[in-house]
This record gives sequence, structure tokens and C-alpha cells, in this order.
Amino acid sequence: MNADMKSHRRKRRLAVLLIGTAAMAAGFLLGEIRSVSAEEAGQVDVYSYRQPYLMEPLFEAFTEQTGIEVNMVYAKAGLLERLKAEGEAGPADMFLTSDLPRLVEVQEAGFAAPVMTDTLAANIPAQYRQEDGKWWGLTQRARVVYASRDRVPEGELTTYQGLADEKWKGRICIRPGDHPYNLGLIAAMIARHGEERTKEWLRGVKANLARRPQGNDRAQVKAIYEDQCDLAIGNTYYMGKMLADPEQRKWAEAAYIIFPDQNGAGAHVNISGATVLEGADNREEAVALLEFLSGDKAQEIYAQSNYEYPVKPGVPWSDTVASWGEFKADTVDLAVIADLHDEALRLVNEVDFNAGP
Amino acid sequence: MDAGPPLFSERARSGLTLLVALLVAFPVAAVAWIALTGGIGDNWQHLWETVLPGYVLNSIKLAVLVGIGVFLAGTACAWLVTMHDFPGARFLEWALLLPLAMPAYVVAFVYTDLLEYAGPVQGTLRDLFGWQTPRDYWFPEIRSLGGAGFVMTMSFFPYVYLLARTAFLEQSLCALEVSRTLGCTKWDAFRRVALPLAWPSIMVGIMLCLMETLSDFGVVDLFSVQTLTTGLFNVWLVMGDAAGGAQIALVLLVFIAGLVWLERRGRIRRAYYVQTSRMKSPPRQRLYGWRGAGASLLCFLPFFFGFLLPAIILARLSGARLSTALSLDFAALVLRSVTLGGAAALLCVAVAVGLAYSTRLGVSRPAALAARAASFGYAVPGAVLAIGVLVPFGFFDRTVNGFMESAFGVSVGLILSGTVAALLFAYLVRFLTLAHGTVESGLSRLRPSLDMAARTLGRGATGTLRDVHLPLIRGSLLTAILLVFVDVIKELPATLVLRPFNFDTLATTAYSLAADERFAEAALPSLAIALAGLLPVLIISRAITKARDFGASPETEVLM
Repeated sequence: MNADMKSHRRKRRLAVLLIGTAAMAAGFLLGEIRSVSAEEAGQVDVYSYRQPYLMEPLFEAFTEQTGIEVNMVYAKAGLLERLKAEGEAGPADMFLTSDLPRLVEVQEAGFAAPVMTDTLAANIPAQYRQEDGKWWGLTQRARVVYASRDRVPEGELTTYQGLADEKWKGRICIRPGDHPYNLGLIAAMIARHGEERTKEWLRGVKANLARRPQGNDRAQVKAIYEDQCDLAIGNTYYMGKMLADPEQRKWAEAAYIIFPDQNGAGAHVNISGATVLEGADNREEAVALLEFLSGDKAQEIYAQSNYEYPVKPGVPWSDTVASWGEFKADTVDLAVIADLHDEALRLVNEVDFNAGP
Repeated sequence: MDAGPPLFSERARSGLTLLVALLVAFPVAAVAWIALTGGIGDNWQHLWETVLPGYVLNSIKLAVLVGIGVFLAGTACAWLVTMHDFPGARFLEWALLLPLAMPAYVVAFVYTDLLEYAGPVQGTLRDLFGWQTPRDYWFPEIRSLGGAGFVMTMSFFPYVYLLARTAFLEQSLCALEVSRTLGCTKWDAFRRVALPLAWPSIMVGIMLCLMETLSDFGVVDLFSVQTLTTGLFNVWLVMGDAAGGAQIALVLLVFIAGLVWLERRGRIRRAYYVQTSRMKSPPRQRLYGWRGAGASLLCFLPFFFGFLLPAIILARLSGARLSTALSLDFAALVLRSVTLGGAAALLCVAVAVGLAYSTRLGVSRPAALAARAASFGYAVPGAVLAIGVLVPFGFFDRTVNGFMESAFGVSVGLILSGTVAALLFAYLVRFLTLAHGTVESGLSRLRPSLDMAARTLGRGATGTLRDVHLPLIRGSLLTAILLVFVDVIKELPATLVLRPFNFDTLATTAYSLAADERFAEAALPSLAIALAGLLPVLIISRAITKARDFGASPETEVLM
């Protein structure tokens, strides 16, 4: 019957389609699995919270120098949970983060292996590493104030405390208070002034905001350019990145950098860093990578391409970075700051910072 | 009597359904387990006394905004396009699906760029009116709750449109004609006949939109709108309190479950089946003059805001940085995204048909409940769901590895964690409900007597499914495949966490570039996500339109 033939043809077509798809999928899966399980010597597997496009040139330079391939999984969150789920048998050898608190979390979860070599000890000063070598700082950046060239005379603001002064009412822009960068700064204020005074300060800053906290650090500097505000809080390296971008250059040029607290404790700095993981299959390679990242060549790449401050003494700053001038950095124990993040978030919530002025 | 394969005895069927459903529900259960065993930390009290009420309120406001928005846009466009003819109707019929292919976070980014102070819109206004500073005039802030509601409505309404359109097409014209002869006006016919008949499908669409809305983090994060997901990520990531985060996820889940339950309760009292088998494509009514123009405009706007405008802006951005963007291994990225999407779509639809059909045949109560629970992955934020997948997979891998080491002295490493299999499983868990809801609402429109007739005529349970149901709900099946495929290609948070080493898709590449603030370069992969979704949208839209005439096809005539 016609209908029978038709349904038969349809079935055959469906079968061909299904088998084809299955074959394609199987081939694809096999290919992926092979590429993943090739865990021979000469490789190092990295979980990273640092952006891939920043790390790739560094990894390429490392591979070129040593022949060791670097494999990476990058995510914005959840890699620590992956580490916990995979346990000892997991493939990761090294963990990279863009801020210290998350590195400390890895350590506190018991995954950080102590590492100490002469090269590392020589490259990274003691204040930027855990005493047993369970984490190592690789770059630093300061969290500073960007001020409008036109509307803020030099010397009018010199401290973080000053941001709460009434004269700035309606003139400050900042990204949401619960962002890790702001939490780091608030944690530093807690370490310095205690919880009560920091809360008062935070209330003052909130009252001075020009708008509800929103956007990223660059968006705040852009808002200075647009005359929406006169002061913005941001990390130093964004200045370099904006200057290098033809479209954003004018934003950066509308502002200048103020390093606060130069007569006091110094500007708040945060570090990016790495840790070698407990039970790493490729520990030797991971240590080699860590040594490479702390060495002259990598430190210079960090400084040149990402406008961060090298942790290794003596590595030249890029011209852009040098143009902002020398500054005094806060020397408070970075691990203490990491511990205070919780407290900082509570304060942000208690004053309902993100609701804006 | 047809004994059928033993697989289909009721007990075996219930067992199998229960097993599959529990497997899929496992990650959500894992999140619930983390939540319930974690104990109530003092974070809850702190949150409740400070920002949580505001977060909850924002989540509810957003859900209401998006719910109303997608209902209006989706249903109105579907009704106009299926039942009427007006300039551009045949083009808009499929073009209205295209916003599905555009990730909401990308749309949000594009509108920020367009509508913020420095954007071209406000810039033009300032030039026109001679305004100097932001204090000279008022302009709606895109980075706001309203802005998020707008972006999500424009990104999610195709779910409602698609399901409403399929439902309108599968409706019998006779019902409408009868209502007209009984004195209903056109509006009455829509309100009292077509809408109630399509209601289950429309509600499925709205529920999908609400689940997406409540679990979204990308858009609300970009707009700094503080919702429950914001609270969840703060508790989890900043306070390092995984249990607290899971507890907030659980609250979200209970909220969604409540909505689903309410919707089902409302539906139980009214069951509608397609009562006639002689289905004819509804003749489209031609709209003339201003009515035609109005219909064109009304249907064009959602397409314009949800797809065309963002696509044009992305294309312009990509053009500016084409050379750098093309240095990415582009073909490989596209192939990988498409294969992942295709494999996940087939997997989801196969499981969905199995679950929906066995429930229709009748399964034990626990099995039916489990089948329902298997749908909740969609309501959990992707990053949280990823943790739910990691925990059981990691446990399995560690156990197997431990056994192999103690028994044979060899380490096999991780078998499932960090493989494509883990990714596919996560997609199944997260997107099953898209397929399940679509397939189920398709099946629900087939009256039970159809099953009886087929069984009387000698088909077994599988035969009935293969020869009667699947052809009849072809439109719904294709819709299900499309929905899952497009969503997998867009999926970001779970893919980021679960993927193997050096494994990039279009979405992760776009995200990595955007995270590095290379927005112009991120535009090309974003556009490619939309284009990869475009082709299946076209194919499937055509197939659905063809399925419109299925009532007249010989297969069904033979079976009737």
C-alpha cells in the first residue's frame, strides 16, 4: 500500500539520519576523550580564574622555552567545587586566580601543595607568598581613585577616608559594592580602621554616589569623561588598557590617577597568583611553570600587556605604568584581607550600598 | 491482545521511568542535599535582615514583568501570523523565532552600548536638542529592573510564540468555525475557543520564560539588578558558603515548583482534546489597510528588538575587527558547538518522548512524580547545576578509581568528570524540560480514544507511538529539537565549569573575549551563535508549517 511504502521510506530515512548523527557524535566524543586523557609527561593542566587571553601568550612563551604543553580550563566560578568533586584522581596540577581570596580558599580547602625552590624564593618577595609556599603572588595592582582632570584639582583628595567627605556629594562613581575588587578595598579599610568606622565610611561614600553602583571599572572612568561624576574607584591597570584602546583612550585621558593614603598606610593592593595542587600528576612541570611565570620574561609580559605591577623586584615597569609614578603600597598581610572579605560583604549589605544614593 | 515487549508491562515501565527520571533529577537532588544537610548558617539571618527581601522583591517584579511581556508578545504574534495574512506575515512567521538564537546576555550588552549615556541614541538626542550634561534631561536607564525585563522579554518571547503557534496550527478549524456560526465575533472566537485550547501550550511557554528569568545571572549581573541569583552567588562565592548558596537555589526551585503546581491545578479542571480528525489549515484572513499595517508593525517590533537590531550592531562590530576575530579557529568552534547542540537535542527529545509517553500510558505514582521532578533542572542557575553534576560524577569516578586501585593496583583516573559526557549530561538535566514540556503538550492534545483505536487495530504500545503519535506530533518534536539545540549553543555557565581542557565553544569564546573587554572581537562568535541557530530555526519553521496540513496526509487517513 502507498501509505506502507511511504512509512517504510520514512523509517529508512530516519534510521540513516540517526545512525549518521550517532556516528558523527561518537567520532567527535572519541576525539575529545583522546585529547583529554593524553596525560603524558611534558604537560601541565591548569584550572584558571584568570582570563585565557591574558594567559595564552605567557603559556606560549613557556612552551617555546621548555617544550611543556599547558592545558587550561577557564571559568568565572565553580572550579574549586570541581576540584573538590574530582579529588586526588583529578587531572589539575595548578590553580590560577586573579585575586588572593580565591587562592586562599583553595589553600583552606586543603588542595594547595607547599612548593619552595631557590628560583621562586629569589623571584617573589616574602610579603607576596604564603610562608610554606602554598600560594604565590604573580602580579599586583593598586585600587585607586580616578579623578577628573577638569573638575578635580590635584591635592583635593588624598585618602580613601576623604571619599566620605560631604564635598563629594553626587560626584563619585563605583561598580557594585559586592564585586571582589571593592570587597578587597573594604576589607583593607576594616583591617585599618575597624568595622564600625568602616561602616560609617561606607555609608558616607554611598551618600556621595552620583548613581546606583553599576558597570565595571572602565565604565566608571567613562562616566567621568561623560561628566556624570568627578571621582571613580578603579584598578590601576584599566588606565593602561583604556589608553591602548583607540575608542577608550579619550575616557582615560579625561582622568588622572590618585594613589590614596600616601602619607598613611599606602594604597590598597591586591595580587593575582597561583598554587601548585596537592597530588599533582605533573608537579615538576607545574613548578617549572610557576618559576617561569615569576621570572623576568613572564613578569615583563604581564607588565607590558596587562599593565600590572610585577612582583619580582627589578623587572622594569612598562612606560605607561611608570608614567603614573611610584607609590606607597599598603603592607598589611594579604591573607588577613582575604579573611575579611566576608565581613566586607556584610557591611555592603548592611548599608545597602548597591541601592545607591 | 498485544502482549508487547516485557519492557512495556506497567511495572517494568514504571521502574524504567523512575530510573531515568531519578538519574536526570540527581543533580538537582544533589543541590537540594547540599542545601538540606548544610544547616542554617548565620548568613541567612544576616541576609534576611539586610538585602534578601529586596532581592526576592526584585525577582518577583522581574518575573511578573517578563511573564506579562512574553504572554502578550508571544500570543499576539502567534495568533496574527497563523490566522491572518498581512504584509510581511509569511516572513515574520519564521523570523519571530530568530530571537531564540540570540543569547540574552549578548542582547543585554548590545542595548547597554546603544542606550547608555555615551551611546548613539542619547548622543543623537543631545545633538538634536542641544543638551550638554546628564542633568539637562531624563532618559530611561537601561541598567535597571525595567531594562532587564525588556531584554528578557525580547529574548524569551519566542518560547511562547513557538508553542502558541504550534497549538493554533494543530487546532481544528472546525471548532473555530462552529464558534463563529454560533454567533461568536472574531475576538470571541479567539478568547473563548482558540485561547483556552492553546492555553496549556502557552502556559508551558510562559513557565519556560519564568524559569529562564529566575535562574538568569548574565543579564542581571550586567545590569547590576540585585535578584535572588545575586544573593545566591554572593553567599556561595564571597562568603564561601556552598550550603547557603544551595539553600537559596532551593528557594528558587520551590518558587518555580509552586508556579508549576498552580498552573497544573488550574488545568486539571479543564481538559481539552482535539475532537476531530479532519483538520484543515485555517484559511488565513486577509487584513487590509491600517489593520494590515498595524499587524505588520506589531509583529515586526519583537523581531526587530529581539534579533534584527542586535544582529546589525554585532555585524557592524564584527566587521570592524574581522581580521583579529578570524584568527580564532573559527570552523572548529562552529562545528563543536553545533555537534554538542545536535547530540544534546536528540538525547533530550528521546528521553522526553520516553517519559511523556510512559506517563501517558500510566505509571506508578512515584514514577510520575519523578518524571515531573526531572524537569526542574531548568529552574536552577547553570553554574549551580554544574555543581550538582560535579558531585555525583566525581563520587562515581572516585569510587571506580579507588576500586580499581585497590583491586588491580591501576589508577584509571576520572572516567566521566571533565569529559564531553559530563557536559551532555548537564545539558540533558538542564534542558530536558524544554523537550518534555513541548512533547507532553503535543501528546496532551491527542485524545485518549486515539490510543484505544490504535490498540484495538492491533498496534502495541510502541507501534502506537511510532505510527500514530509521533507522526501526529511531528511539529512538537521538531520544536523540541530546535529549542534544546539553540539553548545548548547559547549555554555558558555550566559549559565553562564542566568542560574538558582546552575545550572552547562559540559561547565560551565570546565570553572569554568579553571578559577581557574585547567586545568588538566578541561580537563575531556571538553573531555566529545566532547564525548557527538560524539554520535549524528555518528548517524547523518550514517543517512546522508543513505539519499544518498533516490532517490531510495519507498516513493519518489510513489510521483514522
